[in-house]
Amino acid sequence: MNLNKLTIKKAHQGLLKKKFSAVELTEAVLNQIKRRDKDIHAYLFLTEELSLSQAKRIDKKIANKEKIGLLAGIPMAVKDIILIEGIRCTAGSKILENYIAPYDATVIKKLKQAGAIIVGKTNLDEFGMGSSTENSAFGPTKNPHDLERVPGGSSGGSAAALASDQCIYALGADTGGSIRQPASLCGIVGLKPTYGRISRYGLIAFASSLDQIGPMARKVEDVQIVFELIKGKDGMDSTSLNPPLEKTKVKFQIKDLKIGLPKEYFIKGIDPAVEKTIRRAISQYEKMGAQVMEVSLPHTEYALAAYYIIQPAEASANLARYDGIKYGLSKKASDLLGVYLQTRQHGFGDEVRRRIMLGTYTLSAGYYEAYYLKAQKVRTLIKEDFIKAFEKVDVLMTPVTPTLAFKLGEKIDDPVAMYLSDIYTASLNLAGLPGISIPCGQVGKLPVGLQIIGQQFDDEKILKIAQEYEDRSV
Amino acid sequence: MESAFEIMKFKKEQIEHVAKLARFGLSDKEKRRFQKELSAILDFVEKLKQAKTEKVEPIAQITGLENVSRPDRGRAKTKQERKKLLDLVPQTKDGYVKVKAVL
Repeated sequence: MNLNKLTIKKAHQGLLKKKFSAVELTEAVLNQIKRRDKDIHAYLFLTEELSLSQAKRIDKKIANKEKIGLLAGIPMAVKDIILIEGIRCTAGSKILENYIAPYDATVIKKLKQAGAIIVGKTNLDEFGMGSSTENSAFGPTKNPHDLERVPGGSSGGSAAALASDQCIYALGADTGGSIRQPASLCGIVGLKPTYGRISRYGLIAFASSLDQIGPMARKVEDVQIVFELIKGKDGMDSTSLNPPLEKTKVKFQIKDLKIGLPKEYFIKGIDPAVEKTIRRAISQYEKMGAQVMEVSLPHTEYALAAYYIIQPAEASANLARYDGIKYGLSKKASDLLGVYLQTRQHGFGDEVRRRIMLGTYTLSAGYYEAYYLKAQKVRTLIKEDFIKAFEKVDVLMTPVTPTLAFKLGEKIDDPVAMYLSDIYTASLNLAGLPGISIPCGQVGKLPVGLQIIGQQFDDEKILKIAQEYEDRSV
Repeated sequence: MESAFEIMKFKKEQIEHVAKLARFGLSDKEKRRFQKELSAILDFVEKLKQAKTEKVEPIAQITGLENVSRPDRGRAKTKQERKKLLDLVPQTKDGYVKVKAVL
């Protein structure tokens, strides 16, 4: 039995029945990392000591016949943009290369209380800025399905770790597709919850009106278990909230479900093989009795442009804090301005500087109304498009990203081509909606992901819909 | 149309101005590269101008939260918390963050 491939429930049962110990389970994962990760580079670094001490504690509890929760003793990975007290947190950037987190993120606090075993921190595009993990200052991650291809990004490390059985589940973060797109390209499950459902306290800020932490795993059931534990309003994040109660009590049958296909998402630009795979998956739902109809999201063509105004603008403000004074890289210079200029020139990579420059420009005097304000108005139109579509249907189904995993280096010199990877995902962040990527087939050896989109707070509902597909496709 | 695009494209002086606002040092080579790349990105977002937004209110908070507040009470940091934060500071003096003279 390969312990590192187990689902959360199977691993939990194994622990309870003493088929194996939490230490053995953790060692199985660590051994797989040692075998596989030199080729894949999903992890930036391991927290081996922390994980084994956590595992021993759980084994002691089991030996003492104390009650343990579902996640106790289960090894997991954390995107290296979420703080774990006393552990390095780099955000994939030279500027935070030696930064030691002074406190636990709320999600980490909850996971630790549940007895989770943290085995390491996973690679990402610097500060989450990218769609391929090639923008990491510490080298790219490879797609386990084809080592010449990217795993997607920015949570590419977490997705690749899962696809190569180097953890049982993982945390990611999604600003414009950073959980869903790598989940799709690596053939795993990734949930971008409704904005605010999971506290972001201890998540290094990128674009605050869009950022959301979410769970990633090989099975929908595992994603659901982790979401259940880490969700909820938190006093430390004033944007976090609990949904209206009726939203979380999901009662429906697939045969009563109305699925909308936004016609603007199935147009030129999508790889025909990807489209075929997506349509086949949707027809599965039809076979289960769901009704499928075309809907329109007329402002789709403006979504990505609005996203690439709002997100860099917020990033330019958030990343102003890296000044070489309070923490992180600090370059020597003769005066204060020199410290800023040197530190930020050498600490940030190209993509981060591109976005900070763009955001600084669009927020600068004379341009704010033409760009930022205009984009926030377009954001209203995009939100209204979704509201109107949801008057006709219960959920939307779309591709996650227009292509299969692309080759390393293929898009790195063309920022706009790279940005198009987010074309089906960024709208959800703009509108605050939940979306899940589930594996729905392969083209050759490369996976394709189906995106299921719900209304705000329909997280539980889209999880259930995803589960029904998974149950039938095994 | 041609002229509108010309206006939007970054000029070298604009790159220098924005870099200064963003507190980046830039080499000449970087200036040329950013000029080209940022112009391409601006061309891409230019599309936004076509969207009709008269009478549309901008989004303020996407899930509709308003005025989230809490009592204005600080919390004294413990000695360990202070130490953890100060250990991260590049230069300190007597338990304070040391900064180069501003004036």
